[in-house]
Amino acid sequence: MTLDVGSRVRVDDRWPERQGPAHIRTPHYLRGRRGKIVRYLGEFADPEQLAFNRPAQRRALYHVMFASADLWVDAEPADILVEIFDHWLVEEA
Amino acid sequence: MDEDGKRPARHDMGGVKQFYCDDIDLSDHELTDFDRQVDALRQILAVKGLLTVDELRRGIEALPADQYDRLGYYQRWIRSIAVTLIRRGVISEAELEERLRTQGP
Amino acid sequence: MQSFEEERLLTAVVELLAEKGHVSASEIAERIAITDEASPRLGARLVAKAWLDPAFRQLLLADGSKAAESIGIMMRGVPPLGVLENTSDLHHLVVCTLCSCYPRAVLGYPPFWFKSPAYRARAVREPRAVLKSWGTALPSTTRIRVVDSTADYRWMVLPVRPAGTDGLNEDALAALVDEGDLIGVTIPSFDVAN
Repeated sequence: MTLDVGSRVRVDDRWPERQGPAHIRTPHYLRGRRGKIVRYLGEFADPEQLAFNRPAQRRALYHVMFASADLWVDAEPADILVEIFDHWLVEEA
Repeated sequence: MDEDGKRPARHDMGGVKQFYCDDIDLSDHELTDFDRQVDALRQILAVKGLLTVDELRRGIEALPADQYDRLGYYQRWIRSIAVTLIRRGVISEAELEERLRTQGP
Repeated sequence: MQSFEEERLLTAVVELLAEKGHVSASEIAERIAITDEASPRLGARLVAKAWLDPAFRQLLLADGSKAAESIGIMMRGVPPLGVLENTSDLHHLVVCTLCSCYPRAVLGYPPFWFKSPAYRARAVREPRAVLKSWGTALPSTTRIRVVDSTADYRWMVLPVRPAGTDGLNEDALAALVDEGDLIGVTIPSFDVAN
């Protein structure tokens, strides 16, 4: 575990699926968005490697909370809670 | 296309307006024998280390958008399973084609 | 839906796997029987137990898999179960926008609507409008938390225990809970006249 509960994070604005074959478990609507770590969920094999039957590194998985208003201008007010692997998260000051 | 101009992949549906006009179909759709068999096959292959769930998903995500939309849920699965087993060399494309050709009606 | 071509594909793949010794017809039949055993009745039982037993409720929220195992639900080899508690102020709604991740060990096969593009697209962006499809209307003061199930956990909702159910035993409470309540599209209710 490298990120503390309560840390502010930003989801990487990366689009590997546009570079070639890829399997991504970070939904498109969160790329580049800011959220907060609410729970550490454990370490799990990296799905981006498993999808190609390659040796998969174990990575920290976090429950990250977002505000729907930060994701869509017309969204109904809601919390959006999503599991995200650590290599997609950048800690914010 | 979303408002930021970035087009998400077909399966990556969260918040995508294109699907808004559809009402949510709440009717009961009984699973068929085919559905149950594909589901069971997937589980068995996973237990035996011949197919990870992420390979299954990746194979589904790799389907062309028109196929992704046209095919039923477990139809996508069996296509992905077949492609993955070929990629892994568990079965060969040639023997699968041969089997499909010689199979009864 | 017509699936002739895919049925032929399934038959061919299973035949080839059988010839290579990977899979047998009896294994498939056995796996179908095991899978058919899981149903929302299991999830409902977890909920009823949690409503009656504070210690069990605590365990369920801390470690859903352990709680499920403790009442005999087979959790070995299945993804970990996470349970999220609804209150009068907070309501959880589970969706999988990327595919169809569903707590199958305690709810069985996912229903058709859970896998539908309309549900997957709309739940994160207009959850109250989605809930209306089920006739579910939450007070405006209730905060909605949409849980997009993207990775290794499977999420189930622990609903609020309906008012007027004080005297009910576990079976009677479990009978109040159905599939939709455990995903958050509906909320369990109790008709006092019953």
